[in-house]
Amino acid sequence: MIHDFSIVWAERSLLISGLMTTVLLSLLAATGSLMLGALLSTALVRKVGVASLAARTFADAMRCTPFLLFAYLIYFGLPSLGVRFDGWWAGAVALTAHHAAYMGEVLRAAWVAQPPAPLEAAHAFGFTGFRLLRRIILPPLIFSSAPVVGNQVIQIVKDSAFLTVIALPELTHAASSIQSRHYVPFAAFIAAVLLYWAICLTIEMGVAVVGRMAESRR
Amino acid sequence: MSPADTLTILSATTTTLLLSVTGILLGLPIGLGLALIRWARVPLANQLITACVSLLRATPLVTLVLLLFFALPNAGIAVGPIAAAVIALTLNTSAFNCEIWRAALIDFPKDQLEAAQSVGMRRATYLRRIVLPQIARSSLPALISEMSQVIKVTPVLAVVGVVEITRAAVRVGAETYEPLPPFLFALAIYLPIIYALLRLQRRFELNAEVPA
Repeated sequence: MIHDFSIVWAERSLLISGLMTTVLLSLLAATGSLMLGALLSTALVRKVGVASLAARTFADAMRCTPFLLFAYLIYFGLPSLGVRFDGWWAGAVALTAHHAAYMGEVLRAAWVAQPPAPLEAAHAFGFTGFRLLRRIILPPLIFSSAPVVGNQVIQIVKDSAFLTVIALPELTHAASSIQSRHYVPFAAFIAAVLLYWAICLTIEMGVAVVGRMAESRR
Repeated sequence: MSPADTLTILSATTTTLLLSVTGILLGLPIGLGLALIRWARVPLANQLITACVSLLRATPLVTLVLLLFFALPNAGIAVGPIAAAVIALTLNTSAFNCEIWRAALIDFPKDQLEAAQSVGMRRATYLRRIVLPQIARSSLPALISEMSQVIKVTPVLAVVGVVEITRAAVRVGAETYEPLPPFLFALAIYLPIIYALLRLQRRFELNAEVPA
């Protein structure tokens, strides 16, 4: 068993490059889906209108689609419509678009739960436009949605592992190649699992830090 | 896509449903059991479950199923693709269900325990007659959401050779050189199933908002 782990240690550069790909891909998808989700949530909060209907349809359809099937649609399906990506970008686009729907839903819920009074007070004090957004609207919204957004980012990290099936060289793919080269399945995949755990615990710590900032502002 | 191809994908639906239903049916009680052990603060088991649940919640299902499929035979336990898939799915959803049940147990009002004790109710009876019916109702939306999550992750189990809806669609696409129709057909199977669960979840959420 120790011998198996020493084989994985000897192949650590492969594992680390996989880890880096997973982290980079997740960061990119988290940022992208948060921005798209913010945009989407502005349409989701409205009750009527074409934009609201379109946003709701998109969000619901995405939430009813298995992520892997969606990734296949982007990677294998879109080329027959003339849109071609390599594995990396297909993965990044699929992760971003899929999780944008969830982020939109998360931000909508946070927005709806905000009390109207501070906004009215800010209007009365003459806050408008960007200053209103930065000083009054965003801070409580960020603090209240941070835990759920954190969970969603963890989901992104875990979904990025699914992209191993389109041969994207991320962490699980790296573990798979180490296992197939040396036949050390337990050591290789446990190493990957522990690294995923480390990523998720880091994200949870980040959320806890934001939570403490929110406490100190109150 | 020929009628035979349609049939291939349709027959793979049984596998998807079989895997999901088994995972859900096993994961619900196991999750509840784990949550009750944590709630009762059984020494050692409590810490062990906390660590395992945290680890399992952070582990992608692909990595878990690959680990089980390749490592269990090394430990002398022979597993086929379906067995590995079911074990991985059950472990995964049990961990999430454990957290859902536990959240409901933590939120459960304490005064009901005092009321039960004051009429001399035993702890097991209190749990069965007072706690369980109420937490089952309050955690229902989250549990349904987790059920749809189970269905949504089943395509991943194909990495160990299980042929479910998505894998069947990939095969048809590879044979016909037209991947789009089989994928859209597969999507048409998933959408109504998962959307029905989503609607059910929303309805129970609305029910929960009405104060009793």
